[in-house]
Formats: sequence, structure tokens, C-alpha cells
Amino acid sequence: MSDAANTQRTLDREGLRGWGFVAPALLWTLAFFVLPFVVMGAMSLATLEGRTLVWGLSPANYAELAEKAYLWRGILVSLEITLTVTVVSVLLAYPLAWIIAFRVPARWQRLALLLAILPFWTSYVVRSYAWLLVLAREGVVNRTLMGLGIIAEPLTLANTRLATVTGFVHFFVMLLTLTIFANLIQLSPNYRRAAMDLGANAFQTFRHVILPLTLPGIVTGAFLTFVLCIGDYVTPQILGGNTELTVPQIIMVQLGRRADFPLASALAIVLMGIVTLAYLASARWLRLDRL
Amino acid sequence: MTAPVTLSGLNHWFGSFHALKDIDLSIAAGEYVTLLGPSGCGKTTLLSVLGGFIEPTDGTVTIGGRDMTRVPPAKRPTTTMFQDYALFPHMTLRDNVAFGLRMAGMGRRERHGRAEKLLAMVGLDHAAGKRPHELSGGQRQRVALARALAVEPDVLLLDEPLGALDLKLRRSMQDELKGIQRQVGTTFVHVTHDQEEAMAIADRIVVMNAGRIEDEGAPSLIYRAPATLFAAEFMGETNRIPAKVTATGVETPFGTLPHTPHRGAVVACLRPEDFTGGTFRIGPAKVQDAAFFGTHCRAHVVPEAAPDLVLTVHLPPGKVPAPGDTLDLSADPAALRVFPKET
Amino acid sequence: MRALPWLYLAAAFVFIYLPVGALVLFSFQGGALPVPPFDGPSLRWYGEILADRDLTSALGHSLAVAFGSSAVAVTLGFLAAYGLARHVLPGATLVRGLLIAPLTVSYLIVGLGLLIVLTRLGAPLSLMTAGIGHVVINLPLAFAIVYASMGAQQQNAERAARDLGASEAKVILLVTVPMLAPALAAAFFLSVTLSWDEFIIAFLLTRFDVTLPVEIWSMLRSGLSPRLNAIGSLVFLVSVTVVLILELLVFRKRP
Repeated sequence: MSDAANTQRTLDREGLRGWGFVAPALLWTLAFFVLPFVVMGAMSLATLEGRTLVWGLSPANYAELAEKAYLWRGILVSLEITLTVTVVSVLLAYPLAWIIAFRVPARWQRLALLLAILPFWTSYVVRSYAWLLVLAREGVVNRTLMGLGIIAEPLTLANTRLATVTGFVHFFVMLLTLTIFANLIQLSPNYRRAAMDLGANAFQTFRHVILPLTLPGIVTGAFLTFVLCIGDYVTPQILGGNTELTVPQIIMVQLGRRADFPLASALAIVLMGIVTLAYLASARWLRLDRL
Repeated sequence: MTAPVTLSGLNHWFGSFHALKDIDLSIAAGEYVTLLGPSGCGKTTLLSVLGGFIEPTDGTVTIGGRDMTRVPPAKRPTTTMFQDYALFPHMTLRDNVAFGLRMAGMGRRERHGRAEKLLAMVGLDHAAGKRPHELSGGQRQRVALARALAVEPDVLLLDEPLGALDLKLRRSMQDELKGIQRQVGTTFVHVTHDQEEAMAIADRIVVMNAGRIEDEGAPSLIYRAPATLFAAEFMGETNRIPAKVTATGVETPFGTLPHTPHRGAVVACLRPEDFTGGTFRIGPAKVQDAAFFGTHCRAHVVPEAAPDLVLTVHLPPGKVPAPGDTLDLSADPAALRVFPKET
Repeated sequence: MRALPWLYLAAAFVFIYLPVGALVLFSFQGGALPVPPFDGPSLRWYGEILADRDLTSALGHSLAVAFGSSAVAVTLGFLAAYGLARHVLPGATLVRGLLIAPLTVSYLIVGLGLLIVLTRLGAPLSLMTAGIGHVVINLPLAFAIVYASMGAQQQNAERAARDLGASEAKVILLVTVPMLAPALAAAFFLSVTLSWDEFIIAFLLTRFDVTLPVEIWSMLRSGLSPRLNAIGSLVFLVSVTVVLILELLVFRKRP
């Protein structure tokens, strides 16, 4: 028997063993992630006649999304909120990460970073509730300002888009501070020194050297923010109330009150489509493996 | 462009660590100086003080007659070539080299022209559009050199510039660095821990140890007439012969040497290649082992006059002695240097 | 100008800690409204929630789901990482991509897909189904963390063990797992904190027995209440403790 054939045999046996190790995880993912996803796709093409589900290849649900104002407006609301949150969070988190990376003395750095992201671990639902506590009509801000005599009537802070954005930004500033900090700290300090040495001032050093070098980290963090934000139900539900509905809120309405699984599926597919577009737009700079 | 540098009374502390101790040094315009010493000796700190990255606790830095002690790096007529090169990975070689000119407000066409000229000088004009990660270590080193020279500094500071290269490349880059320095005439201050590199390249070597300058001078002077035992041992190999100062002179196991200003226990140093005959008689010595090195034979021998001493000797390459052979050795007394024994 | 960074840092910390601070402070409120003026400190609400059967059983459910699903996720993730790192498999890139894919999909969509399939199959919703959902979202993380730390150093140790006559099972048990212990622990605790905190999947996939976030959600309908502050503060305390232990045990080892 030739050596090549021998090697082939061992490889096959090796391969079989390898698959044995991979199989449980793979089967789990196929059964509980891929299959549901395919079914959801099929469901989005089914229709509801009365209370009965009719499978088929009908574009009716997607047509409905384009026609009914409360549906397509929901998509717009979701996009607006998500883009605002992403941009504001990056703009707030970058200076914070910068200060912790380059201004805080080395021995306090880890502590400062830990403190900056600790509330990240508050329970998700509780964090939104805590903001409600701060922003509600009878909440901490209004009570305090009225107690101090600064305002006579309570301000409308909760149940607004501002409240939703605030709750989101709070969460994502922590997340982005962490990713951007990790990016800044791994740059050789000699990049900054070299730029300064060649006559760049602090702004030029940032603009021409540090910003381009940290762009992949920023884009990765921003993409993560986008994905998590656009799919979230809890924050807009608690803080935004029912003044304007985001896509996840509409999906939950379809599931609950009307049991309209086909329409909910179509909305979910649209949500996935938007995330895919965001991925393609940022793929050039994305470093998902470095998360 | 070039300028002289004067350091006077420099002291620097990192917390309670005294990193630079009373450094006084003058460097002439257009001189190639290397700061040589083991790691932790303060040579890189000294370079950072020169470049403006560290403000010294005490003392002054004068460049081209102007006090630069508190001037930030951007405003100094110095540029630094960093040990890791710090080439900007997102820029082409052309943009890297042109960076300093761009910061100075030079127009795109002009600065690109200048950058390409400098890249040509280091033999990389064909790669101007590439990015640093596409280059080999030696090529990156050249780009870093071109980038630092592009702003026409008066003084170029090089921090272990050849440290990341393999031995063979390092030797050939030494010659190239020296050639480029001659061509541009800029004052070069080059930090290294490799004494061969220092000897190959420098007009003047400054030997540093524990934050202090131990010795300075032309390579041949430091090698032939080192000022301290540390300098003698750091610059090449040497044999230590224990000795004592007495009324008659310096007593060694092999005879007496003329007086020195030192007192008490001293060490006489003799380099391996100096066993070339003379009036300082070592006498018969038994060969332990010997090996052929092309230009010479290197042998370890035990002299009969001092059987607890092992001397390293370089012999003419003609015949390799066998272990057990006896050689008759002597040296010129002028080749021996006497230093106080370190405590 | 020099003070500007410090002012920014201070402002950022105020923003970050404002809701948490209000939450914790007013959990010690004496009265029935968790807003100023503060009339505590009182442990009244902590006493109430600890006596609340619904809450304590939800807490138990949360812990069971978190530890159970994390154990499954880390085991499956480890086996897959080992298989992909140590065996030559055709299509390995595709498999890796597939295993990581759930990371890029909203929890809501993962939950919705599972809900549709489970309802179609007529399977009853329970803590088990929520646990299945949590494995789906935590498996990619566990896999990625373990896979990233399977370096050449371990591989050489594994080869040495095999060379000395150990079977593959022995090698895994005696060499690979102990060497990967920090990564496995990190994956497990990260998975626990994420699962313990997860709301939407648990909300969609449970029915009668619910987890803590779902129970808290249903309490929210009654508006601001110091009971919510107390339970929220407790959850925060637990999470922070786990994170600090993780920080001290796992990440401090790297100098």
C-alpha cells in the first residue's frame, strides 16, 4: 500500500474523530438556531386567515410592512434611535476611554476602567427601571429640581424618545469605553511619540495617527452597539413607553395580542436584513475576531 | 543640517531610582556618537532627555547653542528613530516619510517629491506606495531612518536601531548607516549594547554604566586605553591578573609592573591578542583546550607561575596547539592596564 | 484646560452611576415611594422581598437555568473547540462561522425562532426551553473563548502526553482541561452572568415557572416601588461579586 493511501486512511479516521467532538455543538446550533431561523423565514411567507395559518410563498406580510404606516414608521423609529444612540455613544465613550488610557496614572487605570463599566453588570431590566426612577414624573430628577425650587411643574422626561436614548447610551457608553480602551492601550506609545517628534501637535497626532489606528476598534464597537440596540425590546418598552413603537415592540405586540406569527417573522427578517446591511457597510473595518 | 550638543550636570530620578548621575558630555556638529552600555545603564534615558521625551530632574541640554532642556519634542531640532520604528501602519511609505513635512505645512506635491528622494537614498523608492507590514525588518529600519531625516533635523537620535535585525543584516546596516551619516552630515547619537556595532560605526563611543559615563573617546582609544575596569571588560575580552601595589611597583604572579597612582589590591588587564612577546614574562603555560578561528587560534592556558589562573590567549593561526602542550608566553608591559579592584 | 479631562471623567462617572446610585439609595427608603426625599435607611423592603415566595422561587429558577445552560454551553463549546483546533476537518471555516453566527443575531430573534418551532411542535414552554435558548446564545461565546486560548503550548503538552502513552480521552482529561482551566472558568462565569440576566428569551420561552428578570418585569407594571429597588440592588450586588471574583481569580494571573 502506498504512503499516500496510508496517510489518507489516517486522515479519514482522524477526521471522523474530529467530527465526533464538533458534532454536539454543531447539532445543537443546527437544531435550535438554524432550523428555527429557516422556519421563521418560511413563516414570514405564510399568511393568517382568521386564526388559521396558511403556509405558502406569499409576499403579503412584506407588502403590509410597506403599506401600513404604524409598521414602516416603526422601522424608521428603530433606525433613528439606533443611529442616534450609536453616534452619541461613540462620541461620549471615546474621550472617556482616552482619559482612562492616557491621563489616569497607570496604577489607577485598571480601577478606573473597572469602575467605568461596573454598572454594565446590573440586570438588564433593572437598569432600565433605574433610569425610570431617575426620569419619571415623580422621579428623582423632577423631585429634586422641584424641591430646590428650580421648576414649578414636573418635566416630561420619561416616556419620551430622549429617555429611551438616554437608557441606551448609558449602557453602550460602558461597552464602547471598554472596547476603545482596549484598542488605545495596545498601541505602542512610540506612535504618539513619533508623531509629536515629527512636529505634530496634540490634535494632529490624534487626527492623523491615533484615530485611524483605532478606527477598526471604533467600528467594531459601533457595529455591536447597532446590533444590540436595534434588537432590544426592554429599554424602549420601559423608558419610551407606547408613544412611538420600535420594531421589537411591534413584534411583541404581534406575538401577544394578535398571535400574528407570520407578520412578526417578517419584521424579524427585516431586522436581520438591516443588521446585515450594517455589517456590509462596516465590514471593511470590522475585527469581530478581536472582540 | 547639523548642530553641536552639550549636556551639563544632568541628573534624573525615576522616583527614588537615580537613573542619570552627573552627566557631562559635548558632542561636535556632524559627529557620530554611540552610547554603549548594558541594559539599565541609563543610555536610553539619556537619549530620551536629548529627544525631549523626558525632562531631566537637573541640568541642561543645549543644542546648537540654544537651551533646549524644557522644549517639547515637536519644537526641537532633533528626531528620534524608535526601537520598534513606530512606522504608522495605516500610511504608505511615502506618507510615512512625508509626515513631518506635512505637519510643517508643506504642500502635497513638494513633500511627496522630498519623501521619494529620501526613499531613494535608502534604496526603497520602488516601494513608495507600499505599507509598512509589507516590508522586511531591514526595510522598515530604512523607512524609519528616511522618515526621521526628512525633516532635516540637526541631531538624529537612534534607539537601538539595529536591535531587531539578525546578525548578518545588522553588520551590513551598520555600514549603510555610517555612509548615510557621512552623506547628510547630521549629528547622530546612537544607543546600543553591542560593542562591535559601536566600534564599527562610531567616531566616538560613550561607555555608560549604572547611570554614569565610565569612559569616552575614539573606539581604538577605549579599546587600547580604557579608563575603567568596566570599560575594559565591556569593550571586548580581557584577562584579569590579580595584583598588589607595593613599594617597588605593581606585583603580579609574573613579575613587577611600574607604579600606578592606585593603592591596595588592583587588577592588571591583558587582552587575549596581546601575548605577542616582550619583557613581561608569563613563562611556560599548559594548554587546556584550543580552537581554530580563521584569523587566529584561541586557547585557554594555565600558567605554571599561577596555577589557579586560566588565561585566554589568541595565537597566530599557523598551528593549533594540542591540549597538554606547553607554550612559552610573554607580553609587552605597555599592553597591561592596571585598575583598582572593584569592591 | 488641564482640569478638563478630570471634569469629563467626573461627569462621566456621575452619568454612569446616577441610575445605580438612585436604585441602591432608595432601596433603603422607609416609605412606599422610592424617590426624594430620602426617609431611610430602612431594611423593610429587603425583608419583604426575601419573604416573597414568587421572587425567591424565580431566583432559584434563574440560578438553575444559568448554571445548567452554562454547563451545557461550556461543555459543547469546549468539545467543538478541541475538535476544530486539534483535528483537520474539511469545511472547518464554515463550521466555525456557523458556531459563531448566533452572536450576530438579536436575542429577540433567537427567542422568536425557537418559540415558533416549539409552538409548531406543540412542545410545552418551561424553564427547560428557556435553558435551551440560553445555550444557543452562550455556546458561541464559550466556543470563541476556549478556541482562542487553545495555543501551541497546550498542543505540545498534549503531544508529549500522547507520546508517553495516554489515550485521547486521558489527554483531554489530564492535560487539556487543566491547562485550559482559566479559559473554561472565564467562559463559564461569563455565560452564567449573561444567562442569569437574560430577559427576552426567558420571557418568550417560559410559561408558569419564570426566571428572576421575567418576575421583575411583571412587578414593573405596578410602577415605581422600593421593592423593585431592593431586588434590583441585590441582583446588582450578586453580579458585581461574580465579576470581581472573576477579575481577581482569572484575569489577575496575567501580569
